[in-house]
Formats: sequence, structure tokens, C-alpha cells
Amino acid sequence: MDFINNTLAVFPALIGAVPVVLQLALGAMALALVLGLLVALARISNFKILRAISTVYVEVLRGTPLLVQLVYIFFVLPSVGVEIEPIPAGILGLGLNYAAYLSEVFRSAILSVEHGQTEAALSLGYTPNKTLWKVVIPQSFVVSMGPIGNYFIAMIKDTALASVIAVTEILKTANILNSQTFQTTAIYTAAALLYLIISLPLSRIVIVLERKARAIG
Amino acid sequence: MAENTVISIQDVHKTYVLSSKPSFWARITGRTQAEKRLEVLKGVDLDIHRGETVVILGSSGSGKSTLLRCINKLETIEGGRIYVNGHLIGYEEKDGQLVAEKPSLTAKKRTDIGFVFQHFNLFLNKTALGNVMAPLRDVKGLSAADARKKALPNLEMVGLGDRAENFPSRLSGGQKQRVAIARALAMEPSVMLFDEPTSALDPELVGEVLSVIKKIAQQGTTMAIVTHEMQFAREIADRIVIMDQGVIVEQGHPEAIFTNPQHPKTRALLKRSGIVPPQDK
Ligand SMILES: Nc1ncnc2c1ncn2[C@@H]1O[C@H](COP(=O)(O)OP(=O)(O)O)[C@@H](O)[C@H]1O
Ligand SMILES: [Mg+2]
Repeated sequence: MDFINNTLAVFPALIGAVPVVLQLALGAMALALVLGLLVALARISNFKILRAISTVYVEVLRGTPLLVQLVYIFFVLPSVGVEIEPIPAGILGLGLNYAAYLSEVFRSAILSVEHGQTEAALSLGYTPNKTLWKVVIPQSFVVSMGPIGNYFIAMIKDTALASVIAVTEILKTANILNSQTFQTTAIYTAAALLYLIISLPLSRIVIVLERKARAIG
Repeated sequence: MAENTVISIQDVHKTYVLSSKPSFWARITGRTQAEKRLEVLKGVDLDIHRGETVVILGSSGSGKSTLLRCINKLETIEGGRIYVNGHLIGYEEKDGQLVAEKPSLTAKKRTDIGFVFQHFNLFLNKTALGNVMAPLRDVKGLSAADARKKALPNLEMVGLGDRAENFPSRLSGGQKQRVAIARALAMEPSVMLFDEPTSALDPELVGEVLSVIKKIAQQGTTMAIVTHEMQFAREIADRIVIMDQGVIVEQGHPEAIFTNPQHPKTRALLKRSGIVPPQDK
């Protein structure tokens, strides 16, 4: 009983960190969506240089740990004169990393749009550019909805990594509380539960979105 | 070119290059394999006049789809010229040579050519009405209200006014094809091209699409139709064109073609459809 009461007692202090988590996740997701789409377009473009640069980008960001990338942005960049505040640094690190993964989602979604859709658009007088932006990309978003949602949930959990670059999100708040009260079990159980409380409803939403997308396709 | 010519196809040649990727064996032996080429159109000439309905018949693989697709530059050609309303399609002529034109110019010319595909190709993420409105908004730049005003009568014309809010996944094949026809017509093209519009349909849905096409023909729309529906061809066509192996082998008034075919390929084609010309009886 004590354990449950202690755990509940920690919640108010941890909930204060939720806005920081949302700020990180929403900011990074916005960056990842825009950059991910641009990288995907570069990877399927006609220009060899764009294809090469974007391929290297994806390989480097997927091939090194996110934790290392965050540390690099926050601790290494200042040595070349680029100093970034903790939260913007977290958004940048998470966003750049997830952009690499999302670009793969977008790329395969774009390529999965039936050629007949493109031909219909062209036959109606859409230019190649308009065909891409008005017909192919909107449809690829329908296909991408589920994977994007799942990456968003993963990102919420990955915001915990930002604790190492001085962002006072949930884990860091828990660390601070722990050093003050030593109620280790209660504090970290509460922290874990808090992540679960945020991500469970989101996974339900993703399932609904995926079902909707299937109904259209 | 005559005043009333809408489409003028002049000596068009089209070759598909097959498998440009060398085979495994060609790669390890270092021997380059001959590029496989398939000449599909071998010099086609055809004029289609304003208000005319031309039906193109021919056995599978004779080049009918390719010919239609060349007319709105879904395929490139290596030789000849295609004019729609006097505009050279897909190319600019420089010192007698064809040079590819800017894609945006081709797009503009395509707005004047309606194309109906065998597999409908409706935009899957849009409702029936959304499909008809989309090119009006995206290509013609109409406001949502104006696009809707123009789209609805076209949906009603194909008998689908009550299905405006349905997504393609909720429509039958026949209904999808009718939406596709409405979508093309709403752009007010000067010619409509149909590539086997009923071949992907269950037999009981063929009739509803054919009667819509007939209705459009009666409104005086210029049309070229590829089909295997012989009875329909006979009823609707002002002229029937027979293609075989990339050339036009015979053309004429439907009654002449059906009762007095001249070319052996025409006879064979009719015979395969169960039509025996009188003199063969
Ligand atoms: N994209 C393509 N690439 C290679 N060959 C093709 C392609 N499209 C059609 N062909 C070939 O060209 C020939 C003519 O095809 P098509 O115009 O579709 O004939 P039809 O519509 O009369 O049945 C066929 O032999 C077909 O296999
Ligand atoms: Mg065909």
C-alpha cells in the first residue's frame, strides 16, 4: 500500500515535465516530417548529387546512435562555436534523426502509389510537379499515416535521451527527485507509468488512423 | 490539314525498348546482348474530324492502346507527327527535327484531350465529386465553389449525382468508370479517347458504361474508342479503323466493314467475334 501511495505522490512533480516532453516531441516531429519528405524527394530525384547526399544523410543518421548524435550536438558543436540551448538541441537531434527514418517511410510510400494515378493526373493536364504534389504525395501520406504515428510514439519515449543534454524532461526530473528523496522504486515506477499513460492512447489513435487509411486505399 | 480535323496522326512510329538491363549471363561473360526492340507502330496515319466517333478494332497487341497513349504523349514517338487542334503534341519542330517540348506545354495541350483508361484510375483518396473537381481546381484553377458547380452536372450526366460523396472503394466498376468519364468531360476537351473502357468490368456492368458513351457521342463529342464490343462499335461508330501489327489495315463505315470486309485480318477479327460477313456464308 505504501508503495502505491508513494508512487502516486510522485506524479504531480513528474507531470510538470510533460509539457517539456510534448514540446520536444512535437517540435522534433514537425522538423522530421518536413526534412524527411525533402530527403525522400532527393532520394528519388533525377539529380545524382541530390541522390548521393541524401543517401549519405540517411545512412549516417541511421547508422549511429541517437544518444551519440544528441551528445554531439550539445557538447561537440560548442567547440566550433555553435551553442544551442538544451531544448532546441533536443528538438534538433531528435528531428534530424527521425527525418532519416521518415524519409524511408515517405520514399516507399511515394513509390507505392500506383502508376495509374500518375497517368490519370498527367492525362488531365497536371504538370509533373503538380502530379507529384497534388496527387502522389497526398496519397502517400494516407499510406504513411500508420508508420508516422508509430514513429511519433517511439519519439515520445526517445525524448528520455534528452536527459543527458540537460533537458529537464520526465527522466531528468525523476533523477533530481531521486537524489533528493531516495524513493527510487516509487519515482522510476511513476516515470515509467507516465510514459505509458501518454503512449497508450496514442497507439489506439494510430490503429484507428491505419484502419481509416485502409478503407480509403 | 482540313479545317474540321481535330486529331491528325501522320506517319507515327513507336518502338518499345525492352530490357535495357543486361542479363546475368551477359554480364559475367562480358558479352553485350543485343537490345531488344519492339516496333509497335509502324507508320500510322489517321485523321479524326470534329464530331466524329471513330472506333478502333484489332486483335490484342496490335498497338491500339499505344496509339491512343501517343495522342496525349503518355508515350513518346520516334517518328511522325501528331496534331490535336493544330497543335503538335509533345514536341517542337526545329529545322524539320522533333525536339521534346517543356513538360508544362505538354500538360497544357493535354487539357484539351480527355482520356478514359481501362482501369479507371480514379484518385483513391477523393470522393466521386472530389475526383471530378480535382483537375478543375488544380489544373484550371477554379475556386472550390465554381469547380463544384461545374462538376455536379457532369456527375449527373453519367447518372451518379447521388453518389457524389462516395469514395471509389464504395463504387462498383461501372460506377467508377462513369466517374472517370465525368472527370474527363468536365475539363471540356475537344476530343475524348477511350481505351477499352469496359474490358475490366463484370459483364452486367458493361451496358451502363456503353450507354453513357453513346449519350456523349450523341452530344456531338469527337471521340476515338478502342473496344472489343462489336455490336456497340457497329452502332456508335461513324468510322471503324482496323489495326493489325502496328498498321491500319482497313477503315470505313461500320456497315461496310461488318458486311463487306476487304482485308483478311478484318475477316478473321469479325469471325472470332462470331460475325460472319454475308459473302463468306
Ligand atoms: N510499356 C511497354 N513496354 C514494352 N512493350 C509494350 C509496352 N506496352 C505495350 N507493349 C507491347 O506493344 C505491343 C502493342 O501493345 P498495345 O498497344 O497495348 O496493344 P493493344 O492495345 O492493341 O492490345 C504489344 O506487343 C505489347 O506487349
Ligand atoms: Mg490495349
